[in-house]
Amino acid sequence: MTTLNNVTGRAAERAQTIVPMELQIRGAHLYDRARRFVTRTNGHKIFVEKPIPPVEEVALAEIDLSNPFLYRQGRWQSYFERVRNEAPVHFQANSPFGPFWSVTRHADIIAVDKDHETFSAEPFIIIGEPPRFMEVAMFIAMDPPRHDRQRAAVQGVVAPKNLREMEGLIRTRVREVLDDLPVGETFNWVDRVSIELTARMLATLLDFPYEQRRKLVEWSDLASSMEQANGGPSDNDEVFRGFVDAARGLSALWRDKQARLAAGEEPGFDLITMLQRNEDTKDLIDRPMEFLGNLVLLIVGGNDTTRNSMSGGVLALNRFPDQFEKLKANPELIPNMVSEIIRWQTPLAYMRRVAKKDTILNGQFIRKGDKLVMWYASGNRDERVFDRPDDLIIDRSNARNHISFGFGVHRCMGNRLAEMQLRILWEELLPRFDKIEVVEEPEYVQSNFVRGISTLMVRLTAKTDA
Amino acid sequence: MSAVTFISHDGEKREAPLEDGRSLMQVAVDNMIPGVDGDCGGEAACGTCHVIVDDQWVDTVGRSGPVEEEMLAMNPEREPTSRLSCQMAVSEDWDGLVVRLPEFQM
Repeated sequence: MTTLNNVTGRAAERAQTIVPMELQIRGAHLYDRARRFVTRTNGHKIFVEKPIPPVEEVALAEIDLSNPFLYRQGRWQSYFERVRNEAPVHFQANSPFGPFWSVTRHADIIAVDKDHETFSAEPFIIIGEPPRFMEVAMFIAMDPPRHDRQRAAVQGVVAPKNLREMEGLIRTRVREVLDDLPVGETFNWVDRVSIELTARMLATLLDFPYEQRRKLVEWSDLASSMEQANGGPSDNDEVFRGFVDAARGLSALWRDKQARLAAGEEPGFDLITMLQRNEDTKDLIDRPMEFLGNLVLLIVGGNDTTRNSMSGGVLALNRFPDQFEKLKANPELIPNMVSEIIRWQTPLAYMRRVAKKDTILNGQFIRKGDKLVMWYASGNRDERVFDRPDDLIIDRSNARNHISFGFGVHRCMGNRLAEMQLRILWEELLPRFDKIEVVEEPEYVQSNFVRGISTLMVRLTAKTDA
Repeated sequence: MSAVTFISHDGEKREAPLEDGRSLMQVAVDNMIPGVDGDCGGEAACGTCHVIVDDQWVDTVGRSGPVEEEMLAMNPEREPTSRLSCQMAVSEDWDGLVVRLPEFQM
């Protein structure tokens, strides 16, 4: 049976159209423009921000956890807490993304996440969908065995050997960035530290031209902020233009690698080389939506997540100043604190699944075809698992039980790299700065998926040599 | 009392008592054996309690089944005798068991 699945899976992969990538995106853009014209929705925003009422004023069935302003307005904790306690598997019938179930407790999320026989990750892992004809395919949104083959091709980039090699490089870069920061002046931590460090890491993982690294950030931000996908603020025209630019840049990177490899250059340990040297992915570029999808996945996966944990950690230690004192007195708590920060921030709020058959989840009857959203952001605040769940406690004994990396076959591939980046950041921050003070209320990203901090104004106090 | 030996990637040996009815992951975590994380708490859903069973013990403790394979198959450090220790219910008859730990829990 597995063999048969393998064969049909491979045939489907081969059968994908071989329309030039750029042309395909331009076609989708044209279609989208025509659609907006015909439906007279051009220039209309699906989501306009309105104040969200306190959760007590809303009927349980009316609660819509897909509201992309819930995080920004600081209402998400109370909303999730009520749903966790009153309707842990909660149905919302009329969201802008259609009907969906919310899975909000830690134990239920693990049960769904590990059961790919019942709950499919296909076709998308965000609550909505990308624009028509831009249905990119990525292995995070594939079920086994196709998922396994494609993931196996790139898994090696974070193998121990590579991680060991990367550690020194990461530390050098963290030092460069930190040594360059202004002391005693107010600046945006997100841009100067979080984005800069993740952009450098991404450029290395992809062997992308270093001086153009911010392009990767730009593409990632566009791809993860589409309105109809997760309630983000991107304008569709910008998204399509960004995708054309990304398709061009990433194809050039691919072709350049191919030529260098053919010319006898020693193969590197970057993602592109790995994809080219694997039987299942060596022709990925001939399958445009898969090529774009998988590369965008790897870029987004290494971008929003680590970036917002780098910002979230600073914010959290400002909200809980006693923990910062504890950290300064016990720097050996850094590894555990890293897990705790990832729990507290939960940079990606959820993953979506679709039931493949009728089933029962914590007493609720789920019909085949129903959409389920596993709210990691809620599971990480589940009072059944975490004591004082809303507090950052850097020596929390079960911090590692957080759910931010997901569980099961789709568990985050870059988890160890992410932890290493965050650990090194804090190891280098502590000997340099006595205070990292957040001086204004942060600004948050509009999205139901990315729990992002867009602006975090801080002021540093240098460490005085004792 | 029966005991198990965990050998870290760089060769350091640590012993822990075997107690019937617990999983080998719990034994490791309770005895603070570095290199065994058990992030998912024993659900075979994270792969961070990966151990490599000494060849001489494979017949006694058994090989990984399909549930474990879901997480192990993707692991670059995977070896033929790899197991998820959360799925190994220990027995006091396993006195002298030796398992090696991978360099990283992925």
